[in-house]
Amino acid sequence: MSIIMDVMKTAVRLAPGSWLPGGTPDPLMNKHGLIGKPASRIDGPLKVQGKARFAAEVSLPGLVYASLLYSTIARGRIATLETAEAEAAPGVALVMTYRNAPRMAPPPLMMSAPKAAGASGLPIMQDAEIRWNGQPVALVLAQTQEQADHAVSLIRVTYAVAPAVTSFDAAKAKARTPENILGEPSSIEIGDAEKALKDAAFKVDLIYRTPRHNHNAIELHAATVAWNGDQLTVHDATQMVNGTAWTLAQVFGVKEEQVRVLSPYVGGGFGGKGLGDHQILAIAASRLSGRPVRILLSREGVYRVVGGRTTTEQRVALGAKPDGTLAALIHTGVAATPTRNVCPEQFSFPARHLYAANAIKVAQQVTDMDMLANIFMRAPGESVGTYALECAIDELAEAMQLDPIELRRRIEPEKDPTSGTPFSSRHLVEAYRHGAERFGWDRRDPTPRSRREGEWLIGMGCATATYPYYRMPGGAARIRLTADGRAIVQMASHEMGMGTATVQAQHAAERLGLEYEKVSFEYGDTSLPSGTLAGGSSQTASIAAAIIAVSEVLTKELLKLAGNDSPLAGLKPDEVEARDGGLCHVDEPGRFESYVSILKRAHRDELVCEAEAPQPFEMWKYSMHSYGAQFCEVRVNAVTGEIRVSRFLGSFDCGRILNAKTATSQFKGGIIMGLGLALSEETLFDERSGRIMNPSLAEYHVPVHMDVPAIEVIWTDIPDPHSPLGAHGIGEIGITGVGAAVANAVYNATGKRIRELPITLDKLL
Amino acid sequence: MRPFLYEKAADAAEAVHFFAQRAQAKYLGGGTNLVDLMRENIERPEIVIDVTGLSREIRDVDDGGLVIDAGTKNTTVASHRTVRERYPVLAQAILAGASAQIRNMATVGGNLMQRTRCYYFYDDAARCNKRERGKGCDAIEGFNRIHAILGASSHCVATHPSDMCVALAALDAIVYLEGPQGARHLRLVDLHRLPGDTPDIETELRAGELITAVEIPALPFAIRSTYRKVRDRSSYAFALVSVAAALDVDDKGNVRDVRLALGGVAHKPWRATAAEQALRGAPASEENFRRAAEAELKDAVGLAGNAFKIELAKRVIVNTLQKLAMESGAGS
Repeated sequence: MSIIMDVMKTAVRLAPGSWLPGGTPDPLMNKHGLIGKPASRIDGPLKVQGKARFAAEVSLPGLVYASLLYSTIARGRIATLETAEAEAAPGVALVMTYRNAPRMAPPPLMMSAPKAAGASGLPIMQDAEIRWNGQPVALVLAQTQEQADHAVSLIRVTYAVAPAVTSFDAAKAKARTPENILGEPSSIEIGDAEKALKDAAFKVDLIYRTPRHNHNAIELHAATVAWNGDQLTVHDATQMVNGTAWTLAQVFGVKEEQVRVLSPYVGGGFGGKGLGDHQILAIAASRLSGRPVRILLSREGVYRVVGGRTTTEQRVALGAKPDGTLAALIHTGVAATPTRNVCPEQFSFPARHLYAANAIKVAQQVTDMDMLANIFMRAPGESVGTYALECAIDELAEAMQLDPIELRRRIEPEKDPTSGTPFSSRHLVEAYRHGAERFGWDRRDPTPRSRREGEWLIGMGCATATYPYYRMPGGAARIRLTADGRAIVQMASHEMGMGTATVQAQHAAERLGLEYEKVSFEYGDTSLPSGTLAGGSSQTASIAAAIIAVSEVLTKELLKLAGNDSPLAGLKPDEVEARDGGLCHVDEPGRFESYVSILKRAHRDELVCEAEAPQPFEMWKYSMHSYGAQFCEVRVNAVTGEIRVSRFLGSFDCGRILNAKTATSQFKGGIIMGLGLALSEETLFDERSGRIMNPSLAEYHVPVHMDVPAIEVIWTDIPDPHSPLGAHGIGEIGITGVGAAVANAVYNATGKRIRELPITLDKLL
Repeated sequence: MRPFLYEKAADAAEAVHFFAQRAQAKYLGGGTNLVDLMRENIERPEIVIDVTGLSREIRDVDDGGLVIDAGTKNTTVASHRTVRERYPVLAQAILAGASAQIRNMATVGGNLMQRTRCYYFYDDAARCNKRERGKGCDAIEGFNRIHAILGASSHCVATHPSDMCVALAALDAIVYLEGPQGARHLRLVDLHRLPGDTPDIETELRAGELITAVEIPALPFAIRSTYRKVRDRSSYAFALVSVAAALDVDDKGNVRDVRLALGGVAHKPWRATAAEQALRGAPASEENFRRAAEAELKDAVGLAGNAFKIELAKRVIVNTLQKLAMESGAGS
């Protein structure tokens, strides 16, 4: 993969600007019509009425229900396995273990092939080996979920326990540097950062620790699956329908076309709804039993088999010159990982692109632990990486007696500090200025403990938010333009509640010059043109690029179809624009013909076009990122150490905002998840057993309503001239910087620097 | 979950009768804890006897006290006018617990009988003396942030999770029982046991005994009472430390009487008798409050994860008493 990237990077540098999709900015970039409107979500009424059918609600004739038994040791072998009682239990259709499970290839690891979706390369129920505490060791199918759950409790397993590496400190001592971190180099050194640090006039050199986190989407992971001969249908809750279909085809030895994955509604993804062991086991059991199968993980099951954010220990060292610029920026550390896992928690990514420094050193290591594979979790890496980096910036600013926003202004880079490429669009300083004004930053006293109301110490903090712009290659879109002047846009993409269908309908309507009500967007089904995954905040730009491509084809086809009897006769595609339900000459709006008229004259019921999005060359030509300034006010109880976030404001710079309402929800959702990261979320991973001890919403503390204050969200709305629609994806940036903004506010309130998350009250007593 | 029998009892006598029919029986109130534990295979009753059909009244008693039937929903108690007026500590304690949905289901009797939230008790892959006597305790050297600092043993460091019981302990509540050998009553503070070497035996209930009602004796100065709960998020979390307190200060600023109980610190709702004793007759001052708190926590033992609770409990005691003293006009 990295070789391909190198070739592409070289090609892009040599290519002329017009080659790139952003070479000539998207004309809709600055157009104010439907784009940006706060349209309500199309799927909203369906969900409120319970009419949206989720993966665990699909009913099929003869359906049986699956239940899983999880290992209780981290490493070893199954010594004895007694299933007779379970097999004889009422309603049981199948008990599957490694003894009778069909032979399956391990899922190809993500990034090993364009559509590979495996997060872990470990074999799935193929042998007696136990590789993590919680690994599924048996699956029962029964007529009802209750029967399946009961039968599972009747299976007796004993283990031959082997030594396991479950201590992070022990694993850290043997940490290794991986070949790459998600395709990026594991380490980068520019100049001699350690020496520059040593010689710097002002310096901080600090260690930050962040704990493991688990996914807690309201919709539990689920799939309803059925085989018809070698045809496989999977009703899934997933962020990657095409990746899932291709990868399942490799696992089960069938062709990609023989696998259909449908996922019209997903009740929260956050990176956790990918391809895991549960779908593969359900499909294997379906093949073995000849019955359609539904698997719905329990909440505990999600903790046992779906990974999350992993433990990190990070060093951030900053050395500054008297003028406030950076002589040295160092961000290194270790993330806990199991073997054969592709999610290394890229905490060192923000430091590669955020600030100018004479010397830079970033380096990231991984461990080999016997634990559940990590999976992506909203801004993996960037969430915890910005916590460390942005707390350290705050500490440096204090050491220099500089306002932390002023320090960031002084270290604002002119071009990407590690790659040297120009930024496509960067207005971080502006986001800080707007945010500071709106939040009332000038009322902050930099001296800790200077504001108090009764028992409550009050403090303010800020931090930078950042997340890369990604656009994934390989997506295609189809437009069906019908004789009644409606358009159906189709692409196998995903709606996890963020507003995909709504925003792309707004986009397509504007692009095609149609009324919003006349456009619908169909997605979530591999029988549609192949989409890209909903991950890395990439989906909006990826779909938009495909819609641009297909709308260009559509214009050409319409002009052909219009022929010589049309007012458009003789016009070339770049001489027309879409408007009022048809096409017209750019300079002579009177030369117009409607889609209805063109299709009618040509005796066509519909015109169907399909096109693939161009390769995302813009990502190599430019350093493309989203930014934000997070502002937090906390109240800390001087008696008990209780922390209440009393105000929060996020000021974002993420290109053009496509829907003010869904965007606000995305940003707020990210910030709320960030409050959990800052204050309460922590997976209790017992290092003696490698077992997660709080697999429930009662004991794993996500924020409750009372923990969430009024949150204000503002944005620059400055389009990125090098992205489709001038937009950036915004699903993840909201969570970044929140941990640091809270920690910095807690410091301002109490005078205590908390360098280990979560910031619980005992750390402030 | 395992298959089980279900019976709905019309009255206490019938409930007790059903109970005797199987070796493993459980009374079912709102089910907000029992059903969870059954799903996790921690509780494995052969028969479940639904007692929500029993009387659920709240009655005034002649001397100014109150009797609350065991089947009364937590929400009903918390919103009851007399409770709010005479025993604000009780209303506040209930509202500090769980979520509105759970409080709408949960009953008073069930609240008394709820079991610990110790992670190792909930996971049958872990060792737990409470689940299986003599197996060992994985909490003592494991995650014990939410565990006991008072009255724990080398066999068990679990805490009782109820908020309501902490208020009831402070209010000298009496628990009425009906069993195979007839009716009797216990003081609430005597209902729950310390773990000792039998942490699996959590109460003084005899086999088949059903809690039928709770009586709260008259306590005029409880008009000035309060419940303070400290936890890891603003709602829907169990107490790290909680304090139920009522304070009676005389004209000279001396403590005429006081009721104090702690939650989140022990295997039972912890009546702070040592602190109460230290305070009676003493000036209602911050210094004396601190001295009383020190006396109560004198024998507290912290583990790696919960040692902070010792200082936290002292601070919350002092802070809560100070606020009550201020309300009663005594400077401190």
